[in-house]
Amino acid sequence: MALSVTFDHPLRSYDASIDLTVEPGETFALVGPSGAGKTTVLRVVAGLLRPRGGRVALGDAVWLDADAGICLDPDRRSVGLVFQEYALFPHLTVESNVGFGGRGRVSDLMERFRIGHLAKAKPAELSGGERQRVALARALARDPAVLLLDEPMAALDAHTRAGVRAELQELLRDLALPAILVTHDFEDAAALADRVGVIADGRILQVGPPDELVASPSDAFVASFTGGNLLHGFARPAREGLTEVVLDGGAVVFSTDPGHGRVGVVVYPWEVSIAHAAAADSALNHVSAPIASLTTIGNRVRVRVGPLVGEVTAASAERLGLERGQIVVASFKATGARLVPLRD
Amino acid sequence: MSRLFSLGVAVATGVTLLFLLLPIIAIFARVPPGDLVSALGRGQATDALLVSIETNVIALALIVVAGTPTAWLIATGSGRLRDVAVTLVELPLVLPPAVAGIGLLAAFGRVGLVGGNIHVIGTELAFTKAAVVVAITFVASPFYVRSAIAAFESLDPSMTQAARTLGAGPGRTFVRVALPLAAAGLGSGAALAFARGIGEFGATLMFAGSLRGVTQTLPLAIYEAFDLDFDLALAISAELVAISAVILLATKVVFRWRSPSPSTTLFGPTTPRSI
Repeated sequence: MALSVTFDHPLRSYDASIDLTVEPGETFALVGPSGAGKTTVLRVVAGLLRPRGGRVALGDAVWLDADAGICLDPDRRSVGLVFQEYALFPHLTVESNVGFGGRGRVSDLMERFRIGHLAKAKPAELSGGERQRVALARALARDPAVLLLDEPMAALDAHTRAGVRAELQELLRDLALPAILVTHDFEDAAALADRVGVIADGRILQVGPPDELVASPSDAFVASFTGGNLLHGFARPAREGLTEVVLDGGAVVFSTDPGHGRVGVVVYPWEVSIAHAAAADSALNHVSAPIASLTTIGNRVRVRVGPLVGEVTAASAERLGLERGQIVVASFKATGARLVPLRD
Repeated sequence: MSRLFSLGVAVATGVTLLFLLLPIIAIFARVPPGDLVSALGRGQATDALLVSIETNVIALALIVVAGTPTAWLIATGSGRLRDVAVTLVELPLVLPPAVAGIGLLAAFGRVGLVGGNIHVIGTELAFTKAAVVVAITFVASPFYVRSAIAAFESLDPSMTQAARTLGAGPGRTFVRVALPLAAAGLGSGAALAFARGIGEFGATLMFAGSLRGVTQTLPLAIYEAFDLDFDLALAISAELVAISAVILLATKVVFRWRSPSPSTTLFGPTTPRSI
């Protein structure tokens, strides 16, 4: 059954206004900065917050209909909500935590989540990854029809994240429930969700499969949130059908996208190549500047050059002998420079 | 300058602690321990101890049974009505004991507001053991209810919300999640209320009188013995000091065990947060 959520509700500095549908078996990720209203969506679906207006329905079952005065209590909605910090009951054992919502499937779930050996432990004795698995098992023990995950990775250290991400991916596929995942990390969203909605100031700016958001971000916010470099500049048509953008810093870059006036130029890190000198290749755009920072993430290295972040393999970084302060050339093709409107 | 400051702080602390401790030392210093014990064996002291224990245990039970749901409702409520309720609950705290006594007489006495009705059904409240219970309950309940409100308010809201999304109704959420998580705070509130109830004097004297074996609690026995037999007054006082010390220590031990907070006080219960 599909889950449809429509509501509007005043928050501290803006009104949240949300309209989304999650298909059966689909995982929908809401990504956005903190305070964007992501958790509010989950609270409305779970029944922990009664919005000013709106409707929430799972198939034919109406959970909320503000106009009709219907608002089911949380315990009468078939949701499994995994809280951001997991909200495990500190006074209960792992087994009692999992069995709180339903006793029937406790041993199966404890086995499924590899927490059987922790049955008698209290939450305070568990590692972050174990707590997350207990929280998932607890939420699923009630056999919910909808799964809600609030920043499921935020409380984990970087080392645990990668493994947990893969586990979650498998779990979401097996469960085949409509699921809403809230995260501030686009990479997590892209890895786990079928569709991603980018949310800011209580509004969903763009919805689509993760690769579509990256390929054609609808505006500058979506672009920078999906991990792209965002440069500001002034566009005007140039030779050979290209668009010339004079960046605020004075440099000039070219894009194959049409545009004029104030625009954002989006360049994804993997479209940026790093070299000691501008190569005579097809890249039209070159930025020469000292390396401001080098950050190693697994087998990749993020290199900040002037306003750009480029991504190279760790092996390349070593071969080039990249060091902070060294002057290098960051290049990208005109096809890799996407022009997006700026939000005012 | 900083040495002068340290010295000043040390002296002030020393004076404070000595001042607080001196009367207690004096009680034990005036009478040899043997005389204390034999004085306690006298009928009046034993009678008063029994009356005190009986009335306080009943009063505490009433306070906890009625005060816990009250505190929960207030802690989870909001708006003007909640603020009014908090103020009402705190009223007996600021009421002088003599006023509390007069108020209780005016309400439950033979010609009181509701006392007349009690009289009609053939019983009378004032100057009975039940009156002692009522006086203690009235005076001591704010100590429990205030602590309980604070304990419930300091609960991580995601705890009760998690229980609700796991299918528990409001009742089950209260019993299985809110109560156990607030237990330390409720315990300290109960200890405070009990300590206040054991020491209750003014309202009891006015509303229940000082009838030996019936309404004469330990503090009233001290007051009566004070003129006639000072050693007996001292002995009963020593007994009360011991009871109070046991309550205080028991509470602290419970908190040490329940929470890792470095400074455990009766007023600052620490409840476990979400993990």
